[in-house]
Amino acid sequence: MRLAEAFRVALGALRANRLRSLLTMLGVIIGVAAVVVLVAIGSGAKQEVEAQVEGLGSNIIFVVPGSVEFGSAPSISRLNLDDVEYLGRVIGNPEAVAATVSSGETVSVGSTEVFSTIAGTNENVPNVFTRPIARGEYLTATDVDTRRRVAVLGSGVSDSLFGEVEPLGRQITIAGVRFRVIGVFEEVGSTFGVSRDDEIHIPVTTAQQLFGVDRIDALAVKASTIDDVEPIRREILDALAEEYPDEEFSAVTQSQILGTLGQILGLLTLVLAAIAAISLLVGGVGVSNIMLVSVRERTREIGLRKALGARRRDITVQFLIEAVLLTTVGGVIGMTLGISAALLANTFSPLPAEIAWWSPVLAFTVSVAVGVFFGVVPAQRAGKLEPVVALRSE
Amino acid sequence: MTTPAIEAVDVTRVYTMGGTEVQALRGVSLRVESGEYAAIVGPSGSGKSTLMHLLGLLDRPSSGVITVGGRDATSLSDSEMATLRNETIGFVFQSFQLLSRTTAIDNVALPLLYRGVPKSERRDRAAAALDTVGLAGRIGHKATELSGGEQQRVAIARALVGEPELLLADEPTGNLDTRTGGEVMETLERLNLESGVAVVLVTHDRDIALRTQRQIYVRDGLIERDESSAMIT
Repeated sequence: MRLAEAFRVALGALRANRLRSLLTMLGVIIGVAAVVVLVAIGSGAKQEVEAQVEGLGSNIIFVVPGSVEFGSAPSISRLNLDDVEYLGRVIGNPEAVAATVSSGETVSVGSTEVFSTIAGTNENVPNVFTRPIARGEYLTATDVDTRRRVAVLGSGVSDSLFGEVEPLGRQITIAGVRFRVIGVFEEVGSTFGVSRDDEIHIPVTTAQQLFGVDRIDALAVKASTIDDVEPIRREILDALAEEYPDEEFSAVTQSQILGTLGQILGLLTLVLAAIAAISLLVGGVGVSNIMLVSVRERTREIGLRKALGARRRDITVQFLIEAVLLTTVGGVIGMTLGISAALLANTFSPLPAEIAWWSPVLAFTVSVAVGVFFGVVPAQRAGKLEPVVALRSE
Repeated sequence: MTTPAIEAVDVTRVYTMGGTEVQALRGVSLRVESGEYAAIVGPSGSGKSTLMHLLGLLDRPSSGVITVGGRDATSLSDSEMATLRNETIGFVFQSFQLLSRTTAIDNVALPLLYRGVPKSERRDRAAAALDTVGLAGRIGHKATELSGGEQQRVAIARALVGEPELLLADEPTGNLDTRTGGEVMETLERLNLESGVAVVLVTHDRDIALRTQRQIYVRDGLIERDESSAMIT
């Protein structure tokens, strides 16, 4: 019997048992759809986070005291404003070093009060980060040097405090001290779930006085090209080691952050895919189960086919094709459902879903393989039936 | 009558059932000539069904030889035996053994499917075979939509479609009433005369056996008597 004929016979057998075929396929459909959707969400999350990191700006090196490791206790910062100048001299570009010291404070305008992150920064922030100003202007060197009480508002905090009213030139109170609004940021969204639109920037010197500290929390240095990033990172670490021989500092580049995040989110995607693959496996077991039942139920039919001249191979191939058809059709339906669900999620929910080209291909291949793998045993059992024994069973 | 359609030489068949050996056949030799019309008669448990399975190449003897058209069938592999069975033997069973959700024509065409005959030729030959048994009008009906007598005639058409040398009918009227049983017998007899296929009935019913030219009486795994009656004119 030719393969095309066997295919037709198998299709006929599946059609004869429509409901059962559909229910059997359901396991595979759900499994494949789950793989496609979960991988889409995993890779969507990865892309979004990467976009957020890249959205900060390019070629940025973050310098913080202590070592950056998961689980390490936050260390008390030894960095201060002198180090900002020092590092600026070391790398030969003082304007490329931004500094921050931040604290959460209550901010009020009249009777409106909000709690906001107050970032004391220097005038170099716009040189380092992508942080466009919507109206007014950013802090200047003079603001920093003379400890002016001026503030640049994030778009969110601006809306909360002033609503429709133009905030430029107006007064706000931060921790009981009055500041004048000189600028408002454009909306930038959030990074890692923290909204950067709710920040208020004030001169770093003013902030130190306000918070009662002389440290700064972190430095950010911008390299002019991607090739300069690594040499500058080394220069910074060497310079700091010279200045503070007993201290440890970390200088982390954006690509390092991206690499770490990529690893974590890649792993997350893999775990999601693995969970979904388990359901695909369960679907495969279901196919195997139903095929075994089917072989037993159709023992008489198998005996008859053999009596009429079907060879062992004809019967085995027929049942194997039935199993593979079930999983393949299930795979195609699951793929379609999965892709549709991912697209819907992307459009109508905050979950970012990105269909990786390989996930439907993989899910489809796996579902075909599942059919072969789980179909072989029932198919061989069918092929081995003796015609006399099979015909006798009623 | 020189070449036998099928010949069994001193065949035995031993089954092991629950640890004890059961001798279903204890040395049977039998020649069925081409075009012959014969009946294997015996009570249940006599070994007649076992003999039919051996003659139909559905089973292998424990010892002895079965030859089909002069070819030793017992030395063939399973798949060679399947091919030989497909080409030389047609079966009619007591319980019809049709695929219930399949149409009459597709049921009839089944042996040709395993012979690798192309689809259009299969349909033509199956339709012709159904016409021979008087069921031309039932081609597209599913087996379940047919009466018992019609189902058995579909089964006969299926047994004939491959133009076998031997048609083995195991209690072909066993599940039918007397009238439709008689019609089925007439169909078998007409085909034996018209197409020259050897027909061997397996039955416990002497009245049916006596309609044939030759009665082979089987008892306790041996041939008890082998009688040829006068040719029916």
